[in-house]
Amino acid sequence: MINFVKKHYLIILPIVFIVLIAQMDKYDQLTTSGTFGAAIRLAIPICLAGLGGMFSERTGIVNIGLEGMMIMGTWFGAWAAWLYGPWYGILAGILGGALFGLIHAVGTVTFQVDHIVSGVAINILAAGVARFLNVVAYADQPTQSSTQSPRIDGDVGDFTLPYLSGGADTPSLFGYLQDLNYPFISDIAGLLLGATSNLSYISIFALVLIPVAAWVLWSTPFGLQMRSVGELPTGSESLGVNVYLMKYIGVMISGGFAGLAGAYLVLESSGIYREGQTAGRGFIGLASMIFGNYRPFGIFMGSGLFGYADALQLRSDDAVHGLLILISLILFIFAIKQLIEKKYINSSISIALSIGFLIWFLNSETVPSEFVYFTPHLTTLIVLSSASQKLRMPQKVGQPYRKGELS
Amino acid sequence: MKLSLKLTTLLAPVFAIIVAFGLSTIMLYLIGEDPIETFKIMYDYGKTGKSIVSILNRSVPLYISAVAVAVGFKMGLFNIGVESQYLMGALLSAALGAAVALPSFLHITLIIFVAVISSAFWAAIAGYLKVKKGVHEVISTIMLNYIGTGIIAYLLANIFFEKVELSTTAPQTDLLPETARIPSLNAFLGIEDLPNLHGFIIGAVFIGLLYYWIVWKTSLGFDLRATGSSPMAAKFSGANPARLTILAMMISGAFAGFVGIAPLTGYFFKYTTDFPSGLGFAGITVALLGRNHPVGMALGAILLSFLERSAQILDLKDVPKEIEKIMQAVIVLTVVVAYEVVKRYVTNRQIKEASKVVADD
Repeated sequence: MINFVKKHYLIILPIVFIVLIAQMDKYDQLTTSGTFGAAIRLAIPICLAGLGGMFSERTGIVNIGLEGMMIMGTWFGAWAAWLYGPWYGILAGILGGALFGLIHAVGTVTFQVDHIVSGVAINILAAGVARFLNVVAYADQPTQSSTQSPRIDGDVGDFTLPYLSGGADTPSLFGYLQDLNYPFISDIAGLLLGATSNLSYISIFALVLIPVAAWVLWSTPFGLQMRSVGELPTGSESLGVNVYLMKYIGVMISGGFAGLAGAYLVLESSGIYREGQTAGRGFIGLASMIFGNYRPFGIFMGSGLFGYADALQLRSDDAVHGLLILISLILFIFAIKQLIEKKYINSSISIALSIGFLIWFLNSETVPSEFVYFTPHLTTLIVLSSASQKLRMPQKVGQPYRKGELS
Repeated sequence: MKLSLKLTTLLAPVFAIIVAFGLSTIMLYLIGEDPIETFKIMYDYGKTGKSIVSILNRSVPLYISAVAVAVGFKMGLFNIGVESQYLMGALLSAALGAAVALPSFLHITLIIFVAVISSAFWAAIAGYLKVKKGVHEVISTIMLNYIGTGIIAYLLANIFFEKVELSTTAPQTDLLPETARIPSLNAFLGIEDLPNLHGFIIGAVFIGLLYYWIVWKTSLGFDLRATGSSPMAAKFSGANPARLTILAMMISGAFAGFVGIAPLTGYFFKYTTDFPSGLGFAGITVALLGRNHPVGMALGAILLSFLERSAQILDLKDVPKEIEKIMQAVIVLTVVVAYEVVKRYVTNRQIKEASKVVADD
């Protein structure tokens, strides 16, 4: 137990602090079922993008183009959903993303362009294509605009767990526990209630895909072949694996996931295609993949964290204000840790920052809305800089592979 | 037939442009427009005197942005954050420039200095995170773009805007005084009947030369390029990769600081919410297109500005002008593939020739 706490204190302490802060009335939005429900809805696209990144990087291809593939997912998702209905939107989003995955694969696998250069080019291309298609596709609509689609009805019905969360007019156990307002118990009940009520079928579809993707990549021969390509392509080739094909499949699945993430954003969050609505979520997905150490469960946890930050940003400025004291406390702990390690300069910087955040917290009522907006991005940066050292990435990720050449 | 390496490399962008035109022809055809007619309208509009001035004015910040990106590329660093770097520099220098009264030369120097320093420090954060925390610069610079945009919006609306006594509600800084404005070149060139050709175009030429000098003529530049092409070899030759990474990000950011100068001192004279944005991303396109070469990027910037300007006329003809965005994007994607193909072709030929020389001996 003590060892567990020692090892994971960076995860446990913030959670404990958040729960403590949430006991204050002003900050109770930090742990309500509403916030958690929003967090899950926002975490899903990030998680899907992260899984997409994983499929690509496991086959050795860096995919910075996730954002662009996600943009394609938003556009195609919105367009097909507007024409035929939400499920077609999901399908079109996946196909649109996969198409751009194919372009990335042609660039990086066949022509061996630098992976990041190709990815950046994909992002530029996707933005241009989405803008063009949007003008052409909705040209004769009364709402025509180069940056928006008409409103889309993404309603596919939703599902609430009976008895535990009160679905189908049954009593709600979690709801009851949350209303009791006991520390911890009510907060956890809030989390579970948010996670199990009013989930649309699209969300459920996406949530089911996550373990399926993990299973395919980790427990099937196909997944093993895919992973081997990212670790030791020459070895895989000698065992009869078609390395190029595997890489193509990996990148296209990657694009499909990113496209699904985009379609999900349109159908679940906004109900409309809007230029720039991905807002860097493809990159945040990539960050969650790095944070999750290229493993599905890690990605799930990472995207949960970023989704939570995103949900706070959307739901409540007050709650973000509560995060200031959290940052101050965490910095204080860092300072103590650095003091024990005799890093006096770093320690004093941490102390100074900690006090700075404390003063800011005490002297203000809210965080300016401009700052609230970048909470998820700042969280991403902070999390990556405190967690990205002990990673094990696929051996040959980012390196070109040519058949018949030893590397 | 023997083609030189440089000449073969030139084939790549030409090929890319042809592919881009081909694809846009198909697209125009698919949406029921006459491709030849469309290109002709674009060309006719793009070659008028007014358009040429506008194209040159557009290419200046675009070119500088490409240079900023290219400095990073030369060391294998991807500075996607030029966007927020130059906006940060532009905002701070606009605010300070409007607050002081100085003789013209000093005033302009001060504005440039502030922009360059603040952009460089904003870029340094990404370098620091890469070196000390192992965060890949692509992710950190992108996140810093969002964070920077937020900070800029806050500073503009809450710190700098309150001092402005105007009837407008759109957040903006005070107007720059006359002494802080760089004059246009029209009187000098004798083209008074055309729109203003902004004077900072000369600055852009100097920036190109400065870039060339730093990257190809200094030992720092040598270390940068060496680290870019072979990090291991560079390390053994005594280059300090950590120091170089931070330094390269800062130099890249410093160049980014120049991006906002032309719009700020040339035609905006203040920082507002409509201050030209997106130049940082467009700069990536130009850097890829021009292969990080000072002249190549200049041509790339002019080409892109030409496309952008000449597409303006399409709105009047009921052709979606967004076709230009696709052309840009296709050019980039094709050009990176084409460069790779050319590079492989040239290397293969060099190997063949070398083995022939060995065999003949």
